[in-house]
Amino acid sequence: MEVPTIVGAGLIVIGVGIGIGRIGGSAMDAIARQPEATGKIQTAMLIAAALIEGIGFAALFVG
Amino acid sequence: MRINYFTKFLLVGFLFLSGTILGQESAHGSESTHEESGHDKKAEIKADIDHHIQDSHSFTLLSDSDTGKHYGFPLPVILWDEGLHIFSSSKFHHGETVVESKGKHYKLYHSKIYRTDAEGTISYDEDHHATNIKPIDFSITKNVFMMLVTGLLMFLLFAGLAKSFKKGPIATGAGRFFEPIVLYIRDDIAKPNIGPKYKKFMPYLLTVFFFIWFLNLFGLTPLGVNVTGNIAVTFALAIITFIITQFSGNKNYWKHIFWMPGVPVPMKFILAPIELLGVFIKPFALMIRLYANIMAGHVVLMSIIALVFLVQNWIGGGLSLVLAFFLSIIELLVAALQAYIFTLLSALYFGFAVEEHDHEEAH
Repeated sequence: MEVPTIVGAGLIVIGVGIGIGRIGGSAMDAIARQPEATGKIQTAMLIAAALIEGIGFAALFVG
Repeated sequence: MRINYFTKFLLVGFLFLSGTILGQESAHGSESTHEESGHDKKAEIKADIDHHIQDSHSFTLLSDSDTGKHYGFPLPVILWDEGLHIFSSSKFHHGETVVESKGKHYKLYHSKIYRTDAEGTISYDEDHHATNIKPIDFSITKNVFMMLVTGLLMFLLFAGLAKSFKKGPIATGAGRFFEPIVLYIRDDIAKPNIGPKYKKFMPYLLTVFFFIWFLNLFGLTPLGVNVTGNIAVTFALAIITFIITQFSGNKNYWKHIFWMPGVPVPMKFILAPIELLGVFIKPFALMIRLYANIMAGHVVLMSIIALVFLVQNWIGGGLSLVLAFFLSIIELLVAALQAYIFTLLSALYFGFAVEEHDHEEAH
């Protein structure tokens, strides 16, 4: 594996990490504000996280 | 002292997953137990992992590279090569012998069947890929077999669940576990996304959810199957979603793709190709998402287990076992989550296709 591929893979993982981290953070804030909506917020968080991970994997797969 | 339910659950879960991991270790671990240089070990581990990711023409549960014995059962090989050839894959002897059938000779090379001459010569090109002709392979391979088993399992479970309702409103039997899940799919995935016409799509959504979930779970067992981590399988599932979406698209749907309302005319010409691309990219993403998630999970899990054989000491092995245990728990979540996401997105696309609403100017 050449260096550009490795660097690219690293950047992809950073992107995915930041994206999912931000979603998780917003979800935590939202749950803190309204604990009774926890179920809905968790569902939405998991959906968004899975979509971002999907793109991340697709990019890693191509690279 | 009473152990409460949660502790019992954790204990059972830990024992089951440890058993699964140890089962996986012994299943592919009778190889690589002799001392070798680090580089050879790594290459052998890589070959072993590749072998477990790929499909296979025989169902091998255990194989010993020292004695060369394989424990498992052969599956039928069905080829179409100017005539139908059917024989058992035991004739291949795991890639060693050439099989002769109706005058043609076939050899197994890296889990693929090639047509060769009587000696079994395979010609390679520069990238060391075989260039022999491949017959059209309709064999019952390990993946096909597992999909059939899963289909049968699902049929038995859900037919049992449906029949048990005849006795009364409360279900009995093994299928009981799935009733809340079925209701969840109907009330939280199908109805909100598809709307009033959800009933037409419920059979497909239920089937695809449980099919993917069960296949993912089978992939985590020591059986060594990797069905949803095979891009052909996820491709087939995505194609079915694609076909259902397109065939149930109504006038609104096609209008939104090619001549979307509420947008100035020059923009319509720019957006139409993008929307058309989107029609193909959405199922493509479904395919890649499921494939990459499951395959990556299997590869990482196997690599961590392989670490035990690489470091060959108690502390490294113990740590690697703990890590593999926690990763297995995450993989259980991923198995269910990926099935849920596939079903949810399919329902979303169906909803787009059958959406019926009055258009105003500002959409």
